[in-house]
Amino acid sequence: MASAIVTIHHPVGLHARPASVFVRTAANFPCTINVRNLSGDSKMVNAKSILAVLTLGANQGAQIEIQTSGEGEEEALKALVELVESNFGE
Amino acid sequence: MTQPIHGIPASPGFAEGKAYCLAAGEVQVVKRTGCQPEEELARLESALRQVRQALEQDAARARTSVGASEAEIFEAHSLILEDPDLREQVRAEVEGERVNIEFAWQNNIDRYAKILEGMDNELFAARAADVRDVGKRVLWTLTGTKIDTLAGLTSPSVILARDLTPSDTIAMDKSLVLAFCTAEGGPTSHTAILAKALGIPAVVGLGAAILDIAPGSLLCVDGVNGRVLVNPDPSARAAFESARSAFHDRSKEELSHAHEPAVSLDGVHFEIVANIGGEKDAQKAVEMGAEGVGLFRTEFVYLDRAVEPDEEEQYRVYQSVMEIMGTRPVVVRTLDIGGDKDIPYLHLEKEANPFLGVRAIRLCLQQPEMFLAQLRALLRAAVGHDLRIMFPMVATLSEVRTAREYTEKARAELAARGIAVPKVQLGIMVEIPSTAVLADQFAREVDFFSIGTNDLTQYTFAAERVSEKMAYLSDPLHPAVLRLVQRVIEEGHKQGIWIGMCGELAGDADAVPILMGLGLDEFSMSPNAVPHAKAVIRQWSTAAARELAVRALDLESGEDVRALVRSTPPR
Repeated sequence: MASAIVTIHHPVGLHARPASVFVRTAANFPCTINVRNLSGDSKMVNAKSILAVLTLGANQGAQIEIQTSGEGEEEALKALVELVESNFGE
Repeated sequence: MTQPIHGIPASPGFAEGKAYCLAAGEVQVVKRTGCQPEEELARLESALRQVRQALEQDAARARTSVGASEAEIFEAHSLILEDPDLREQVRAEVEGERVNIEFAWQNNIDRYAKILEGMDNELFAARAADVRDVGKRVLWTLTGTKIDTLAGLTSPSVILARDLTPSDTIAMDKSLVLAFCTAEGGPTSHTAILAKALGIPAVVGLGAAILDIAPGSLLCVDGVNGRVLVNPDPSARAAFESARSAFHDRSKEELSHAHEPAVSLDGVHFEIVANIGGEKDAQKAVEMGAEGVGLFRTEFVYLDRAVEPDEEEQYRVYQSVMEIMGTRPVVVRTLDIGGDKDIPYLHLEKEANPFLGVRAIRLCLQQPEMFLAQLRALLRAAVGHDLRIMFPMVATLSEVRTAREYTEKARAELAARGIAVPKVQLGIMVEIPSTAVLADQFAREVDFFSIGTNDLTQYTFAAERVSEKMAYLSDPLHPAVLRLVQRVIEEGHKQGIWIGMCGELAGDADAVPILMGLGLDEFSMSPNAVPHAKAVIRQWSTAAARELAVRALDLESGEDVRALVRSTPPR
């Protein structure tokens, strides 16, 4: 299992386009990917589910933890961390 | 002669064409037990496949007809459609309880929508509508309900519907829409806003009876008076045609003179300016002949975001509007917002009566850092332009004085950074009766007044302006409001300041001659209303307008005032 903690800098938070891009990226990998909002209730949810990711309520400034486990876990983690750190490619 | 159906005029213009009836699509979900899970799940898979195809078509259509940002809505919908958690939970419910798929699907859609609706952050809560939208389309497919997203519109038509939502209208080919007629909705509904943006007529609030009109019926829509004729007889149709051609000739004629000033018969110039909310409106205002901006709403800078906009970001927004307006005067209203809007970073308390609570200037004076950042951004944007600052919802003299002190403080902060700001006019909105009553005292403190008739009417009659039931108490042409307007103008003029108006009343053709007669200097309205307002002013002399105003002030109701104006020929 691999995991990392990143901060959301995008003004809308993990919502709208950032949430969509995040979920689509996660869905490209075969491994299990979970995410939680350390600035919220810290419950782990499926990163491939847009509804679950929206319920995190991760605003701008929120710290999220991403956990990957299974085939391609390192690549998946790297891709998602880069995505968040690049401000979702904007 | 065929009698018209009456509704609320929501966007001006005339159109006739065949009715296209948008199916309401309400589906009652009944719970059944003892179902075969494999069969139920296979039906879901098939429905999801069909909806996915439809969404892809909608997205492609939206990309070509309205733009990429609207197409994103459908891409977000397809992500919800493919959500693995949602499907897993539906599957578990069908297998565990052997219920029908419609029930399990709707149950889970409701659950997610409720979670999202319950979130503190308005941005996230707004996604609940997307979830329900997707849920509805799948349910339609499952139950074989006729799916209708206006995507099936193939020939020019008048759209008939209960009410329209963005997902109803996004997929339609807008070049085929002649007009909108809805059973529900008010003048500020999505239908009204979209129709105005497209420049096509709309009549809303026509009542449920219009839903029984047969598809293909001939409809004649009068968006000026809020009337719709169904399959009119020849004489009714002829009357409609002549009204329609008169309206078109008039609009064309007025547009050709839109860039000339509005001067009364006796040579008095009245300033006709626009209400805007951003760059796009500013461009429209210039196109339609507005001589400036009488109300630049800055709320949009603060909405739909998780953190406060900083000075730099605001400066760029204000600056870009000032560039478009060039040397024309622009009155910018400082943040006018309160507890009816959920803005996460402002930490607003929920109030029982947000329109009577901490909003506008009251909020800004409680959050000085935010207020100062806006004032600095505005003062910087004033360099090289005629930018004027206006404070909303002022109720007492001490509020004006404090706001003025903050403006001076912002100016000093900029000076310390080496930015010299020219003198800027400071004014207030007059929209609370206390301020109208003490207009003489306020006039000594400011450079101008702008009368906000929407709120002034609501606070004068103690009637919520958004409530349909209170519509009879929301007429700004009522003599009670007009007398306050008269007082504000007179007292302001005694102190030598100029008086504008930026409420709906200023752009109301029936009100324009009365306001001329009361001596209003500046009329601010939606850009589309500018050419007609200018044309009305050119038909009147100030003396005749004054006589009309004096008579209006003695009437007993708004209807009486309107009847008086309509029966008095301009001179």
